[in-house]
Amino acid sequence: MTLSLTTYAAPSRFYAAAGAWVPWCWAVAALFGAAGLYTGFAIAPTDFQQGDAYRIIFIHVPAAWMSMWLYLVMAFWAAIGWMLNARMSAMLARAVAPTGAMFTFIALWTGALWGKPTWGTWWVWDARLTSEFILLLLYGGYIALTEAIDDPRRAANAGALLALVGVVNVPIIYFSVRWWNTLHQGSSINLGAAPKMAATMLTAMLLMTVCFWAYSFAVVFTRARAVVLEQESDTDWVKALARPEGTQ
Amino acid sequence: MNWQSFDQFVHMGGYGLYVWGSYSVTLVLMLAEALAVRHRRNLALAAARSQTKMEMTR
Repeated sequence: MTLSLTTYAAPSRFYAAAGAWVPWCWAVAALFGAAGLYTGFAIAPTDFQQGDAYRIIFIHVPAAWMSMWLYLVMAFWAAIGWMLNARMSAMLARAVAPTGAMFTFIALWTGALWGKPTWGTWWVWDARLTSEFILLLLYGGYIALTEAIDDPRRAANAGALLALVGVVNVPIIYFSVRWWNTLHQGSSINLGAAPKMAATMLTAMLLMTVCFWAYSFAVVFTRARAVVLEQESDTDWVKALARPEGTQ
Repeated sequence: MNWQSFDQFVHMGGYGLYVWGSYSVTLVLMLAEALAVRHRRNLALAAARSQTKMEMTR
């Protein structure tokens, strides 16, 4: 058996392989989610400044990370699909978008519910919050654009252009707390420096991050399989798959 | 363990509404999305099946 990156470029192969991966992704998501929640609520102590409101960050920070990573993943596959005219890449990009949008919404929602008791306001037009809100608009625009165009190839190419232009927003979100000195605090975790938080709190956050990643894989693969069936319904392999058992 | 009783756990040191408001919405959205994508794949498979069936009886 030869395995390479191009092995799963064929929608039929991707469909079968993704079907086998999805249950494992769910298992990892459930395991790490349970461990993360246990660590976050039973082990991590109450914060001496923020009280128990800080426990929101165990989902807020991973959701915000996912919103940015998934955008990069979406733009990457959209670009590959566009440049190499690879159908499977374009379908993957479309399958990522709704999950990215959902995590962006969760980041904004949990941020508002954390901001009210901690900052005294649900929302401010701070650089971090504004750029994250623009990310939600970019996801929405990408989904609306790709859904509005009937021809899958034209839809994928138009979406890829929008996704690639929007990539510029991701570093703006990430570095906004450094470039502009506004309300949202700087990052607690930086490469090359000790995290500015207790080890148990960091552990809970990282466990939830793995849970969100595994969840994203499970949901995106399942959606990608649906997109493959929808777009490839006229191909022989889908017809063979859809044929009732025991018939030719 | 941080909490002596279930009531204390729900209360979250006075931040119950904010903490559970965050976790419940996150959980509901993730479950809803998971069910929605499963439903979408089942629909797509059913559509492919009925199309194949029509072509076979033609």
